[in-house]
Amino acid sequence: MVVMSGAKALVEALRREKVEVIFGLPGGAIMPVYDVLYDSDIRHVLVRHEQCAAHAAEGYARASGRPGICMATSGPGATNLVTGITDAYMDSVPVVAFTGQVPTFMVGRDAFQEADIIGITAPITKHNYQVRRPEDIPYVVKEAFYIATTGRPGPVLVDLPRDTQVGEADIEFPEKVSIRGYKPQTTPHPLQVKKAAEMLVRAEKPLILAGGGVIISGASKELVELAEYLLIPVSTTLMGKGCFPENHPLSLGMMGMHGTTASNKAVLEADLILAVGVRFSDRTTGKFDEFAPKAKIIHVDIDPAEIGKNIPVDVPIVGDAKTTLRKILDAVKSLKEDRVKETPWAQRVAELKREFEEYAEKMCQGEGLKPPKLMKLMRELLPPKAIVTTEVGQNQMWAALYFKAYHPRTFISSGGLGTMGFGFPASIGAKAAAPDVPVVDIAGDGSFLMTQQELACSVSENIPVTVVILNNSMLGMVAQWQRLFFDRRYASTNLGEIPNFVQLAKSYGAEGYRVDDYDEFTSAFRDSMKNEVTTVIDVPISPEENVFPMVPAGRSFREMIV
Amino acid sequence: MAGVRSSNEQSYVITALVEHRPGVLFRVSNLFRRRNFNIENITVGTVDPTTARMTIVIKGDEKVVEQVVKQLNKLVDVVRVSTLDPENSVIRELALVKVHAPNSTARGDIVQFAEVFRGRVVDASRESLIVEVTGTPDKIDAFIDLMKTYGVKELARTGITAMVRGPKTVPG
Ligand SMILES: Cc1ncc(C[n+]2csc(CCOP(=O)(O)OP(=O)(O)O)c2C)c(N)n1
Repeated sequence: MVVMSGAKALVEALRREKVEVIFGLPGGAIMPVYDVLYDSDIRHVLVRHEQCAAHAAEGYARASGRPGICMATSGPGATNLVTGITDAYMDSVPVVAFTGQVPTFMVGRDAFQEADIIGITAPITKHNYQVRRPEDIPYVVKEAFYIATTGRPGPVLVDLPRDTQVGEADIEFPEKVSIRGYKPQTTPHPLQVKKAAEMLVRAEKPLILAGGGVIISGASKELVELAEYLLIPVSTTLMGKGCFPENHPLSLGMMGMHGTTASNKAVLEADLILAVGVRFSDRTTGKFDEFAPKAKIIHVDIDPAEIGKNIPVDVPIVGDAKTTLRKILDAVKSLKEDRVKETPWAQRVAELKREFEEYAEKMCQGEGLKPPKLMKLMRELLPPKAIVTTEVGQNQMWAALYFKAYHPRTFISSGGLGTMGFGFPASIGAKAAAPDVPVVDIAGDGSFLMTQQELACSVSENIPVTVVILNNSMLGMVAQWQRLFFDRRYASTNLGEIPNFVQLAKSYGAEGYRVDDYDEFTSAFRDSMKNEVTTVIDVPISPEENVFPMVPAGRSFREMIV
Repeated sequence: MAGVRSSNEQSYVITALVEHRPGVLFRVSNLFRRRNFNIENITVGTVDPTTARMTIVIKGDEKVVEQVVKQLNKLVDVVRVSTLDPENSVIRELALVKVHAPNSTARGDIVQFAEVFRGRVVDASRESLIVEVTGTPDKIDAFIDLMKTYGVKELARTGITAMVRGPKTVPG
């Protein structure tokens, strides 16, 4: 035990958790911590808006698999984190957020820059803490990291009243935590595993639906092995993109509202679905009652509350994706000695795949710059392990449909919350985690404007990324819905050609390009990977462009618009 | 469900052992609000210095109850949750009923009714009596109904608390 201030104890506790980077922005109520950070080895990346600290922490966590840390002052600093924390909660991202707070004796008196961040974030965190005494800090930090990173990961917020930062106490650092009410179950029930294996071996038209849980648990190898052994095609959710290589013959791409025709047709025909690490979001399933109408469903998830929440399942399995897939694979092998070589279903699936490839090729044709073609070009120009983040809207769905991800943790998009402005700060976080690979934010003009001020952060912190703006001068996805369902009444979706993105980028000391054809795009994109600063590439596309395929909200996949 | 108030939807009794900490009741009730679960009744009492016990009555179907239990279990401050089978549980509520009793006839009747319901008169003034009754919510409803003839001036009910019969426990 040693006597030290709460702020020192905090930074020491972070060091012990092997924290390398914190994304944040200081203010009065967190200054004692910043004063200690000033002398520490931990890198602090100064964002220009706290929302981006949270998104950058998400990008860091999703690229690296390690918890992402963000920090803000009390009141407005803390409330600015809220969108990012909600995003992390929806997408199960391990983020630990630290906020300053007014001194304990002022709490509840509406003090200057007091916000009830514990009340505000209770429904959007896995757990949160308000520290009461300096000596509690190491315990709270240990618990916060443990909760954020284990079981189904998620954000944890730690609120630090100013007196707990400056106060000194006898401090000790615990090695372990034990929380009575928190014991995630990771090992699946053997009987359920056996049942699943038997069904998989017997099925004539099995399909795997793989989600973000596969990436989180690092189960890609097991997934590929199982799929190859039984010749099962694999669809993913948006969050699962990259968990199964999309250049694999068994990959059907994303399923859902903007899923590939291959995935959305296969799920209508399948007689068995093995869903792993998914939560059956309405954006993945379409109309709940008409999802996979001919199939029995096996659902593997580490969160028992996800099982049966949206879709009734036949075989529920609570467990970690990696452990469970390994056990299912072992059980399958004991039931079936040789791998499956050829099936009518595999042929059908190959046909569906070909059909979509032809469709995608068609979508690349036509006048002007076509987003599907730009996605293909970027894939060709980027190394396999390059990381792509996206904004939200058409840009995101073009990327999800037509940019093939080959590795887990290389495709990072805001799934559950659909947060415009996510992609750019997330790309900064990802690049901080993986400085040796190119990181590209595939953006829309509307989304990019929501967090473009982080050009200042990326330039001054020397974290260079590439932003490709698919610039339709519209809030494109909303405009698409207006075109399809609101009689082309473009209420408040026309953004105009504002700003000049090249000048905007340059004013921050970043690089800017405007390109008018594929050759110019290719050369600017190549440049961006060599540039020492962040590069913004403004790519004009037609404001009339639609993302297809599409299933209207709340409908069955039978009603897919192509 | 028998024992607890009846309506077209069923009511279920859930007990939760929780950390005895500030904010826990907030977390639980906030969860119910956010997930659109319908709480009929919630009571909290201390079990030991670090543990409290909540008894929650919710309305819904089996699917809803399953989600409630699973979502409650996800709260870090919730140690253990179980649903009680009403057929096999003791379910009790306490009520204080202040009844208008301006004359001796009324008083006599009220005291007699209280006895039938194993209640007690715990306070008396010239114009009113306070009766304490304990029992299932149905029994308390029935008693209150009777008192309405005299005029119920004020009513305080604790909400239910419950426990499974026999040696089985909700482990802590
Ligand atoms: C913060 C936020 N506000 C509003 C929305 C609703 N919304 C979804 S897509 C979209 C349009 C996005 O426009 P843009 O970024 O230009 O991308 P595009 O669809 O044109 O590719 C909007 C407004 C949202 N998802 N997030």
